[in-house]
Amino acid sequence: MVALVIAEHDNAHLKAVTLNTVTAAAQCGGDVHILVAGSGCGAVAEAAAKVAGVAKVLVADAPQFADGLAENVAEQILAVAGNYSHILAPASAFGKNVLPRVAAKLDVAQISEITKVDAPDTFERPIYAGNAIATVQSTDNVKVITVRGTGFDAAASEGGSAAVETVAAVADSGKSSFVGRELAKSDRPELTGAKVVVSGGRGMGSGDNFKILEPLADKLGAAMGASRAAVDAGYVPNDWQVGQTGKIVAPQLYIAVGISGAIQHLAGMKDSKTIVAINKDPEAPIFSVADYGIVGDLFEVVPALVKELG
Amino acid sequence: MKALVAVKRVVDYNVKIRVKSDGSGVDTANVKMGLNPFDEIAVEEAVRLKEAGKIDEVVAVSCGVQQCQETLRTAMAIGADRGIFVDTTDDLQPLAVAKLLRAIIDREKPQIVILGKQAIDDDCNQTGQMLAALLGWGQATFASKVVIEDGRAVVTREVDGGFETLALPLPAIVTTDLRLNEPRYVTLPNIMKAKKKPLDSVKPADLGVDVTPRLKTLKISEPSKRSAGVIVSDVAELVRKLKNEAKVV
Repeated sequence: MVALVIAEHDNAHLKAVTLNTVTAAAQCGGDVHILVAGSGCGAVAEAAAKVAGVAKVLVADAPQFADGLAENVAEQILAVAGNYSHILAPASAFGKNVLPRVAAKLDVAQISEITKVDAPDTFERPIYAGNAIATVQSTDNVKVITVRGTGFDAAASEGGSAAVETVAAVADSGKSSFVGRELAKSDRPELTGAKVVVSGGRGMGSGDNFKILEPLADKLGAAMGASRAAVDAGYVPNDWQVGQTGKIVAPQLYIAVGISGAIQHLAGMKDSKTIVAINKDPEAPIFSVADYGIVGDLFEVVPALVKELG
Repeated sequence: MKALVAVKRVVDYNVKIRVKSDGSGVDTANVKMGLNPFDEIAVEEAVRLKEAGKIDEVVAVSCGVQQCQETLRTAMAIGADRGIFVDTTDDLQPLAVAKLLRAIIDREKPQIVILGKQAIDDDCNQTGQMLAALLGWGQATFASKVVIEDGRAVVTREVDGGFETLALPLPAIVTTDLRLNEPRYVTLPNIMKAKKKPLDSVKPADLGVDVTPRLKTLKISEPSKRSAGVIVSDVAELVRKLKNEAKVV
């Protein structure tokens, strides 16, 4: 059995969530290979070869892979899929976009967002916004899987010495073309990988008020997140959204400020190690999952907390 | 040109679901059901494209038990012109649904197919992509903006870290994200009108599709519960606990 991990990258850096996917792949038993499909992605292939536990890196380097178009990347995966028993990708916007195409072409089911490997053919995954855990067994000969990064530890990014092998690139499918990209700039840690996350909700009242969370996030070296309500109200960009349909996080410390704690939001953060809730409504559902709660006005509590942290 | 939208009947998003004590599944008896929220957005988008004169007809499709016809009536009350009900009591997984939809698309020949990005029950996020693969069409998933122009769809997608825009020659598959639109409220007159719209029924066997599940669900369990927390009286106590008990700062 050999598992193939589809690397997520921006042609310069290997995305951290790939490392969690490698750990899940290793738990499926057998060797782990990584496919890097990109354009000018030599540095990514080198980084992938250093990941502990990886036996081989396949590189498909061509302009049609520059923007991670699903049609092209899926065809490339199919071109090398031949002898792999498992094909895994991170359950990120990239992995979710590409992998079901691969599964359908192979005529197999995909197992989405696994959080645990019970056996090489048996996996656990959350359903109903994380309110139930399904244990599923695949009867297909190839297991096509997306991996929830927060469910697995990251493989060490150093220590491996995998062979790097260049594979022939498939032709451009012509079924879609890239027009442009608009990425939010941030100096803060990436939300999904951060050790501490400070999130604001509708209770923040306005986008400007999110500024009062910044000193707290700075002090803790935290990423900033938000509930869907705050995103829909236009307070902050949508890629800050933590929840069932946004990012899934599991930091050491999650501080929820002015967030009531709807089911949809809890699905994105309830695996955090320690949860702190700051809310003026003592009945808010967020207090039912919080390890520590403060009932009070966030506009007083947050500055006081920054001060107390020294 | 024609648009096809796929709609799923799911447990209402406000319902706090209960896992059956024997681990066989989630209790859906006497639970409020409704149109999957992402599919509602898909129907709304198709209807808006029709109102903008970009397409002529909106066909809604739903696969599953008899009550899915109610879900189709809701789609028609939003503005879909007619419905197709794929009648089966089998446990349908995304690959099977994608194959059923492909068979219907072969008959209906729509130029654009819009689905929700995921259903809020199985949380799979697969059907649209699988359908695109089976048809050999381009896909634009997690759409927050759709423009039809010059025989192509220009779609802005929500990706990690921001947005990206793709152009796809038609026919193509689009899956909707939350912020694509705000679905309209269905009014009583439109609910009444929807009852008169055509609704065809078809069986998977008529479509020549094998819907046998590929994944076997061994058990459904409750997620591990978090132990009850404490309400602290002030910020000083909170910081003390975070430092000494939780050791996270």
